[in-house]
Amino acid sequence: MRTAIPATLSLRTREALTGWLFVSPITLGFLIFFVGPLIAVFGYSLTEWNLLSQKSTFVGMQNYADALGRNPDFWHVTRNSLIFAAGLVPLNMGLALYLAVALSRPFRGVVAFRTIFFAPVVTAAVAWAIVWTFLLQGEQGAVNQALALIGIDGPNWLREPSWAMAAVIVTRVFKTVGLNMILYIAALQAIPRDYEEAARLEGASGWQIFRMITWPLLAPTTLVIMVITVVGSLKVFDHIYLMTGGGPENGTLVLAFYIYEQGFKFFDTGYAAALAVILFVLIAVLTIGQVILRARSERA
Amino acid sequence: MRHHSRLVRFAWIVSLCLLAVPFIFPFLWMISGSVKGQAEIFAPGLTLIPEVFRWENFAEVFSYQPFARQYVNSLYIAVVVTGLTLIVASLAGYALARVRFAGSGLLLLILISALMMPEEVTIIPNFFLMRDLGLMNTHAPLILLPVFGSQGVMATFLMRQYFTAIPKELEEAARMDGLSRLGIFWKVALPLSRPALAAVGIITFLFSWNLFLEPLVFLSDIELFTLPLALSNFTDAYGLPLWHLQMAATSLAVIPILVVYITAQRQIVESFALSGVKG
Repeated sequence: MRTAIPATLSLRTREALTGWLFVSPITLGFLIFFVGPLIAVFGYSLTEWNLLSQKSTFVGMQNYADALGRNPDFWHVTRNSLIFAAGLVPLNMGLALYLAVALSRPFRGVVAFRTIFFAPVVTAAVAWAIVWTFLLQGEQGAVNQALALIGIDGPNWLREPSWAMAAVIVTRVFKTVGLNMILYIAALQAIPRDYEEAARLEGASGWQIFRMITWPLLAPTTLVIMVITVVGSLKVFDHIYLMTGGGPENGTLVLAFYIYEQGFKFFDTGYAAALAVILFVLIAVLTIGQVILRARSERA
Repeated sequence: MRHHSRLVRFAWIVSLCLLAVPFIFPFLWMISGSVKGQAEIFAPGLTLIPEVFRWENFAEVFSYQPFARQYVNSLYIAVVVTGLTLIVASLAGYALARVRFAGSGLLLLILISALMMPEEVTIIPNFFLMRDLGLMNTHAPLILLPVFGSQGVMATFLMRQYFTAIPKELEEAARMDGLSRLGIFWKVALPLSRPALAAVGIITFLFSWNLFLEPLVFLSDIELFTLPLALSNFTDAYGLPLWHLQMAATSLAVIPILVVYITAQRQIVESFALSGVKG
């Protein structure tokens, strides 16, 4: 007995030690390169700090007051981010669902179609943005040449404030819709066929089956996809950087790009940090909101 | 589509073909542009096959900037990031799935809460951290931040999910044979989790290969650039893009990935379906 207890204890201790040893690399790295910086960004946001002058003074909530009150840019940028999300999310999810419904069941050529719609997902965003910038050039761009064939005089997409945002949204949808399509296909294939067969025997039409059976069963997937897509739309950076640079007339200046600009182009570290905190809060609220929503829908 | 009539099915196929145009045409136009001369590239008529093939574009890509070097940079960084991530994530994922230790639940919760956080939130403090560590204008940030940031956390989480699903009995038997935890991990759990390792490896490689914000912030020396940063760099003296070179360089960066993707289509698509976290 005497030896047995220390033996089990040491076994458990050894197990715990092994556990911590195994998780120590990611834990240490995560603390240094994520948790630390996350705390630091809160700290920075309370200072007036110019990267060039290297001087940092504590100013309390001044940067937040600037963002929310004095600096008109912030609301303009927030509005742009919301427009971007409001345009991208429904378009992306609608198209993804349409493609998934069409491609969830085998037919000749289904793999080819899936491969095509997913291809931009594995392509670098930078490459995609560059090629689309090329396609969307003023008069000589391929898109406008194609439009001219059917008698439409296309605008200079990326240079006109009213069109630039739409162009960036649509090309971003093409880049990312494949991922959502795949997630929807997986969910659709998990729905038992019997449900549909039964409904069909009752005389339900294809559209009725989709609305009354398929769509409700897809709800958990839809929720997950929605959060991924909303968060993805809030952090869009490379597309904006390469296609419009935030222009024209700041028409596509969105939050993630604004943070970069303030921090690394204008070297206003304190203000940029406050913006990063705002982005953090926005995404945290959205993510937590999703968890609550999902829990509630599971209880119901 | 089994139950649909011929006409309905035809309508679906036509809609898919039309929708496929903006997904295929950019690639074709990119390749076409890569062998056109500056004069022909904006010539009217939308011709995919140029009158004169200008293969020199590809040579010029390499003389315009150290493109071969940049290519190698991207490649080796992606390989290192993938290797490190697989080691770090499988170790931690295994412990979080199987080993009982105080604080594991809390650790998992903290890690999960970081899954959705974009690098834009922490990029400013990380800039100062890297500067103080003397790592500015080196590849270290491009390796450390993906491995230990939200991408590494996602890899850990995916590995944990996979290890949790492996039957415990397989490990019990090995334990009876006197294998240590590390032995079980290495000889039993890891070989069983090959599909997960492949999936995490593919996603991580592409994530690193496509990384843009970090190179932009941390690198200033053109010799150190990675492909995404180099691609947008083909401009004339006025800063206007040299489209023929830009298309040639982009083709060189994109086509190898596309070839691998088309040959291993199923595996790659499934990897992303498994993750379902990033977008």
